[in-house]
Amino acid sequence: MAVNSELTELYSGIYTDNIRRIREGSTSFLNAFRDAAFDRFTTLGIPTRKNENYKYTNLDLFFRHNYKTYFIPDESDFVKAEEFRCDITDLDTHGVVLLNGFYPTINGKIRTLPGEILIGSLNEASRRFPDLVERHYGKYAKSNSDGLVHLNTAMASDGVFVHVPQGSHLNKPVQVINLVDSTEDVFNQHRNLIIVDDNADLTIIICDHTLSPQKFLTNAVTEIYVGENARFNIIRVQNEHNNACKVTHTFIHQGRNSYSSSNNLTLHGGLVRNNTYHFLGGEGAESSSFGLYLSDKWQHVDNLVSVEHAFPNCTSNQLFKGVLDEMSTGAFNGRIFVDPKAQGTLAYQKNNNILLTDDAKMYTKPQLEIYADDVKCSHGATVGQLDENALFYLQSRGIDKREAKLLLMLGFAHEVIQNIGVEALRERIDNLVMQRLKGELSRCASCMVKCG
Amino acid sequence: MLVIKNLHAAIEGKKILRGISLEVKPGEIHAIMGPNGSGKSTLAAVLAGRDLAEVTEGSVTYFGRNLLEMAPEDRSREGIFLGFQYPIEIPGVSMVNFLKTAVNEHRKYKGLEPLSASDFLRIMREKKELVDIDSKLANRSVNEGFSGGEKKKNEIFQMAMLEPKLAILDETDSGLDIDALRVVANGVNKLKRPDNSAIVITHYQRLLDYIVPDVVHVLYDGRIVKSAGKELALELEEKGYDWIKKEVDNQN
Repeated sequence: MAVNSELTELYSGIYTDNIRRIREGSTSFLNAFRDAAFDRFTTLGIPTRKNENYKYTNLDLFFRHNYKTYFIPDESDFVKAEEFRCDITDLDTHGVVLLNGFYPTINGKIRTLPGEILIGSLNEASRRFPDLVERHYGKYAKSNSDGLVHLNTAMASDGVFVHVPQGSHLNKPVQVINLVDSTEDVFNQHRNLIIVDDNADLTIIICDHTLSPQKFLTNAVTEIYVGENARFNIIRVQNEHNNACKVTHTFIHQGRNSYSSSNNLTLHGGLVRNNTYHFLGGEGAESSSFGLYLSDKWQHVDNLVSVEHAFPNCTSNQLFKGVLDEMSTGAFNGRIFVDPKAQGTLAYQKNNNILLTDDAKMYTKPQLEIYADDVKCSHGATVGQLDENALFYLQSRGIDKREAKLLLMLGFAHEVIQNIGVEALRERIDNLVMQRLKGELSRCASCMVKCG
Repeated sequence: MLVIKNLHAAIEGKKILRGISLEVKPGEIHAIMGPNGSGKSTLAAVLAGRDLAEVTEGSVTYFGRNLLEMAPEDRSREGIFLGFQYPIEIPGVSMVNFLKTAVNEHRKYKGLEPLSASDFLRIMREKKELVDIDSKLANRSVNEGFSGGEKKKNEIFQMAMLEPKLAILDETDSGLDIDALRVVANGVNKLKRPDNSAIVITHYQRLLDYIVPDVVHVLYDGRIVKSAGKELALELEEKGYDWIKKEVDNQN
C-alpha cells in the first residue's frame, strides 16, 4: 500500500471534527469543493515511501503528531502580523502578511493597486469577485494524484489572492510573508490563487518564517494562471526552524507565448517538500524552474518538479542545486512529459549536488516521458564533492583552503541565485547563503527563532 | 632563492622525477625544455604544492625554508606563482571576487590592511592594460568560457596582480597563436624586475624568442640531462630531442 492508512485516518478525523467550523468561516463557493476533495483524499491518503513520488521522504516524522489545528484567528493575532517588517531595507514591495495561513483583517481584506490590480484574502475574493475566483479556483490542482493537495482543498479556507488584469503590471514585486506563530504545535493549510491575465506581468516573493519554536506542519497549495503573452516570476525563500515541516504544491498553468519562472530557495527547515508543476498549455510558452537547497543536521529537503509540454514549440529549463552537510539528506525528482502533439519541444534539466560529509545523502531521479519525435531534451545529475582542481587553483593564488572551499560553494550556489530578478533580494540571498555556508546561522534580523 | 636537490617524485607509484637538482638565483630566468612525458609539468606541480605527486627523495628550499612543508597557499603568499598549463574554469566565482580575495589574503599575510574597493579596482585597471586583457573578462566567472588565449592571458594578469618573486610558467605558450604569444611574453617581460625570477617550462623554442633565458635545461626521463645558455634552445629547435635522447641512452 502506498498509503499510510493510520495517518489518513488521523487527518480524516481532523476533517470530521472541524468541518462545521471551517464551513462557517468560508464562502459557499469554497465549501462546494470540500466533500469531493475529502473523498479524493481518503482514497489517495497520506503518501508513504512506497509511493514512488515520496520514495525518499518520510512524512511520518512530522505527520504523526497531535497538532492543534488553527481555523479562525483573533483580531489580536493580527497585531503581531501587522508589526512584522521585512528587514531588507532596500527591497521595495507591496507587502502582504499571512499569519498561520490567514490574511489579516486590519487594513481591509482586499487592496486595489494602480492598474486595477487586486491583492488580498482568497476567502474575501471568493465573496467579492466570485466570477474571477470561479474561473480558476481548483482547476489546476484538481487532477493531481497527491492526497495532500486534496486535503488542502477539503480544509483550507484562506490565503493570498492576486489578480493582475490584462496588460497590467506592477512596478515592484508583491511580497507574501508567511508567519507561523503559536504557543501550541500547529498544523496549518493555506491556499493561494494568483491570476495573471493576458499580457500582464507579475513577480511575487514568498518568504516563510517561523516565529516561535513549536512544532509546525504546513501544507500549502498555490494555483497560478499565466495568460497569453504574460510574464510571471515566483521566488520562494524558505527559512524555517528544524522543528518545522513545510509541504508546498505549486501549480503554474501557462498560456500561449507566456513566460514563467519559479525559484525555490530552501535555506533552512526541518523537512521541506516542494512540488512544482509547470503546465505549458499553449504554443510558444516557456518556463524555468530553479531551486537551491542547503541542509545540515537531520534536515531533509525534497523537490519534485514536473514540466508538462502539452503544445508545440515550448521551452522548459530546470536547474536545481544543493549543498548537503552533516547527516542531512535530500531528493530531487525531475519529470519532463512531452505530449505526442508537442513537436518542437526544448526541455532541459540539471541537478547538481555537493555532499560535504560521508553521512550526507542525496537521491536524484530524472523522469522523462517523451511521446513526440521532434524534441530536444537533455538531463544531467551529479552528486559529488568540491572539485579538487578548482580548490588547488584557488589555493595556488594564496587563498587558504577554508576560504577556497567557501568561494567554490558560493559560486556553485550563485548559478541559481543569479536568476533572481529582484536585485535587493538577490544580494540578500547571496549574503544569507554565505552566512549559512560559513556555518553561521543565516536568518533575517526579524527572525525570532534561534535554532542552533 | 630556490635550491632543488636530488628531487624524486612519483604519481600513483610511478616514478616521474628521478633526481633533479637545480638552483635559481634572484633575477635569473631558467627555461626548462624537454619532450612530452619527461616530467616538466610534474616538477611545476611539486613546486606549487599539488599533492597528486608524492616526493620520495630529495629537498627543495626556498629562501632557506623547506618548501615541501609549506601549504600551497603559503607558497603563493611567499611569492611563488604557478601559471597553469590548463587553467581551471570556476563557474559562479567572479574574477573580481577571486582576485580581491587573493590579493587581500596576500596583504593579510604581510600584515597589511585589505585594499579599499576603489584602490583595488584602480590596480586591476592598470594591470589589465599591462596584459591587454579584455575588460569584459574581468566581469565574468574565472576562466569560464574563455578561449585558450584568454585563459593564458588571464594567468599573466593574475601574476601581475600578485607580483611574485618566482614565477613558474607551465607551457604558457601552448595553444597560443603568434599574437597572443607576443602579448603573453610582453606581459612577462614588463613584470620582470632585477630581483625576481622565472622558470619557463616550454616545449618549443619560439617563446624564448621573446622571453630570453639565462639558462636552458633539458629534462628527459625525470632528470636534467643538459644545461647550457640560450643557444641550446635554438639547437633543440633545429635538431629536435632525438640526439639528446640518444646521448643519454648511450650513457646508460
